[in-house]
Amino acid sequence: MSFDYDKYIRPGKLPHIWCPGCGHGIVMKGLIRAIDTLGLEKNNTAIVSGIGCASRLPGYLDFCTLHTAHGRAAAFATGVKMAKPEMNVILVGGDGDGTAIGGNHFIHACRRNIDMTYIIMNNNIYGMTGGQFSPCTPTGAKASTTVYGNPDPAFDVAKLAIGAGATFVARGTAYHATQIDKLIVEAVQHKGFSVVEILDDCPTTYGRRNKFKSVIEMMNRLKDVAVPVKAAEKMTAEQLEGKILTGVLYKEERPNYTDEYAKVIERAKK
Amino acid sequence: MAKKVAFLQGNEAAAQGALYAGCTFFGGYPITPSTEVAEVLSIELPKIGGKFIQMEDEIGAMASVIGASLTGAKVLTATSGPGLSLKQELIGYACIAETPVVIVNVMRGGPSTGMPTGPSQSDVMCAKWGTHGDHPAICLVPASVQELFEETVRAFNLAEKYRTPVMVMPDEIVAHMRERIVFPEPGEMEVINRTAPSVSPAEYKPYDTKFGDVPPLAAFGSDYRFHVTGLNKAEDGFPTTKAALVQAEEERQVRKVEANVDDIVTFEEYELADAEVVVVAYGSTSRSARFAVNEARKQGIKAGLFRIKTFWPFPDKQIAAIAGKAKAIITPEMNLGMCTQEVQRCAQGKASVSGIFRVDGEPINPGQILEKIKEVK
Repeated sequence: MSFDYDKYIRPGKLPHIWCPGCGHGIVMKGLIRAIDTLGLEKNNTAIVSGIGCASRLPGYLDFCTLHTAHGRAAAFATGVKMAKPEMNVILVGGDGDGTAIGGNHFIHACRRNIDMTYIIMNNNIYGMTGGQFSPCTPTGAKASTTVYGNPDPAFDVAKLAIGAGATFVARGTAYHATQIDKLIVEAVQHKGFSVVEILDDCPTTYGRRNKFKSVIEMMNRLKDVAVPVKAAEKMTAEQLEGKILTGVLYKEERPNYTDEYAKVIERAKK
Repeated sequence: MAKKVAFLQGNEAAAQGALYAGCTFFGGYPITPSTEVAEVLSIELPKIGGKFIQMEDEIGAMASVIGASLTGAKVLTATSGPGLSLKQELIGYACIAETPVVIVNVMRGGPSTGMPTGPSQSDVMCAKWGTHGDHPAICLVPASVQELFEETVRAFNLAEKYRTPVMVMPDEIVAHMRERIVFPEPGEMEVINRTAPSVSPAEYKPYDTKFGDVPPLAAFGSDYRFHVTGLNKAEDGFPTTKAALVQAEEERQVRKVEANVDDIVTFEEYELADAEVVVVAYGSTSRSARFAVNEARKQGIKAGLFRIKTFWPFPDKQIAAIAGKAKAIITPEMNLGMCTQEVQRCAQGKASVSGIFRVDGEPINPGQILEKIKEVK
């Protein structure tokens, strides 16, 4: 029996704005399946985003949804979670939104280990503004503002999150669609700040400038570069050259922010 | 029973006013000369189960209070000039998303880092024009520690009543001076809470104009689910680019405040009945002005004071009335003429308007104002 996505889609809000071949829809379906598996209550779940193509995702879903300003999702969500710690808070957004203008909020949400899940859809580009390079655009790649090739080194989102103090970091791809919901389920269940980076594609503003002939070709790239962390353990450095690890990359147990603040309240009331 | 009396600093009184109004969430970023507001609330909020969070920057602070407000909390942030500049992006967001938030902005010198501990009154235009786009603006300018308490309570009331950001802007002198303050008893001052929806969750729309210009606001985590965005939106909260809708919504957002100026605008008139020279002043400057007016009266000059308590909306019709009666208006202020321009706009040439402007970090003293009164009488 096929999965009933309609249960979680807001009536009348589709079709979505995403282009044919965009990976964001695959992520949205994965998120819906994850929410269904987890049994999250609609009234008690906030989905928060910043600005950009990926940030339109919350509007399609029937939850408490908050489409904020460019890069500010993590800071808005921190306010929601602090004020109502019993709410499930899930953030969604793109790589430019999360790691450029939102970089400061992102690293500090990681540091606080506030109990939220951040799904970063990394398509290596600013899609909505027409394909300018982002902090995740590979060096040498073409973008509308790097027609001679991108001189900037790229961020590794997962490493950035781990370095900043996130206690659960996972990576998947839009090609490996069935893995997405599993990673999100585990991330939401984790008590603390969890980051799920999902590599997806923007055929419209990245693919056509970087000599990908088709969406299928872009999808095949995701298939080819992804190596599950378990499989990577048995591979040599040479074999891993140019590959990207997927699966749960990091996990630790550390006190989370709202639980720690509850202790502050207890101490203050004495 | 005698009322509770204390000797407090202005910033401490602002924090106490917030608590009186029912504030349960503070998100902020430290900046002189506003830090005591945060410090007091970091101690007091957890005692009542409230939340205090020191965010990573001013923008994050503003974002956190908007997020918290959407869960139904009464929220406050405190800042000063350079912080207000950074907050502007999201003050605009709070305007268009119609989220109640209170901002205490202690005015110090500027632009940029300016004089962190020097007094100023140069953020008054930033309070109205700082964020882009058309939007309502409410800004209160208290002149004493007692008033900073009371105006902070009123700011919360106005924010909840009109679903909009409200700024309380003491100058550094008012924020840092210590004075006797008499605390109102619980229930003595009015405390307004936002209107909850009366319709079922299925019928709820966060910007439903059939409930008037200020529709009821539900809370995240209640039985109501809704969408909030910074884009131009229709009554259901979802983005729209339909010309007629966008125009109507923008006009409604501004109208919420403009149509209610008489409810919002407050002021004090002192010795105005027969005044030929009127000093229009606000904040700590108005205290020097009162002294100068008294001195002038002793010397036989018919001087008076109009004290602005609500800077935005500006007391247009009151100033216009003064200009119709008085010969001269004097506007002393710790900037290079921001209020003066507004007074000139309202006076429409009916009275002469001259300013006393100081931006050197020193207060405007009564002697300076008295001298000017004598000059223009």
